[in-house]
Amino acid sequence: MEISLGAIFVFAINAILVENLCLVRFLGICPFLGVSKKTDTAIGMGLAVTFIMTLSSFITWLVHRFILVPAHLEYLRTIAFILVIAALVQFVETALKKLVPALYSALGIYLPLITTNCAVLGIAITNITENYGLLYSVLNGLFCALGFTLAIWIFSCARERIEHSDIPKAFQGFPIALVTAALLSFAFMGFSGMEF
Amino acid sequence: MKERVSFLAFLKNGVIDNNPTFVQLLGMCPTLATSTSLLNALGMGAAATFVLICSNLVISLLRKIIPQKVRIAAYIVIIAGFVTMIDLLMQAFVPALSNSLGLFIPLIVVNCIILARAESYASKNKPLPSALDGLTMGIGFTLALSCVATVREILGSGTILGFELFGGVAPLTLFALPAGGFLVLGFFIALVQFLKDRKGGEK
Repeated sequence: MEISLGAIFVFAINAILVENLCLVRFLGICPFLGVSKKTDTAIGMGLAVTFIMTLSSFITWLVHRFILVPAHLEYLRTIAFILVIAALVQFVETALKKLVPALYSALGIYLPLITTNCAVLGIAITNITENYGLLYSVLNGLFCALGFTLAIWIFSCARERIEHSDIPKAFQGFPIALVTAALLSFAFMGFSGMEF
Repeated sequence: MKERVSFLAFLKNGVIDNNPTFVQLLGMCPTLATSTSLLNALGMGAAATFVLICSNLVISLLRKIIPQKVRIAAYIVIIAGFVTMIDLLMQAFVPALSNSLGLFIPLIVVNCIILARAESYASKNKPLPSALDGLTMGIGFTLALSCVATVREILGSGTILGFELFGGVAPLTLFALPAGGFLVLGFFIALVQFLKDRKGGEK
């Protein structure tokens, strides 16, 4: 892929808006629905995911290129990647606790949840199946995670308002959240008309 | 006779009382992503059921050996092993289905239903009931997925299992799109809550 500012800009718009992680590709729905009741927690989760996803894109790409491919073990991709991600999350948690306690107290409780966030593993696998180079893999992780952060932030703002409205009993809780997500997904569909 | 009764009890628990998708609200990503057609839903359901049965069985057999502290990591490795197996099998025998499910086959690893059953059931029970629990939970997941997929395929593409229903016309393309997935699942869960409420009111 071409490396120029213009190409990277198009790639960013595509990853953040057109192919939004939660609303269009259905990755990372569990945290999207689970921790979006308040704006603060939503942003915390978004930042934690951004941090881990960028880092894991970098490391899984290296693991694939320099360990799995030379050893002809490409079929072990799923197992290798999930182990890398789990170890990475654990490592980042410990490192943050020692080195940047302020950041740890902001992201701390969200970090363990990320191991089972399907978006992180999903993006790591997409980077390989789409044959991205190292730069584009890292950018893909970063931009997709920013798209996730944007979606979960907007969604949490909407949900804070829903808390105070009168909802039919059967729709209270989860169903109304899904209907809200549907409307949000509608809005993001508008971006799919964009062509570069 | 006794075994049949307990199998029915398991089935009722997995499909109705504790349906993984509609009641426990687990495994939302594959439910939304693979429910655009009934065939995809059945394929996804079958793959997840296979992994559930195998991982529950193995985790239950190893439940006294796996140390408490590293159990989650151990479960994930066991689950990832079976997911890799089903991924390779599907690529070999049903390449078309494997292509259309794509990324979501390897993502069974992080499907919360499987880890939840491993943690809450298989780690505490004997192998045979654990495998049975995996089977019935898998059936519950597949049925829920099929319900959503049937609605989305009929309304979104105007077909059912690939057969045209309305002479090639798609009534509401919206339902085949991501937004439709959220909408249909939301209404299904609302229906389940409504039925549960009414049943609770009668008692």
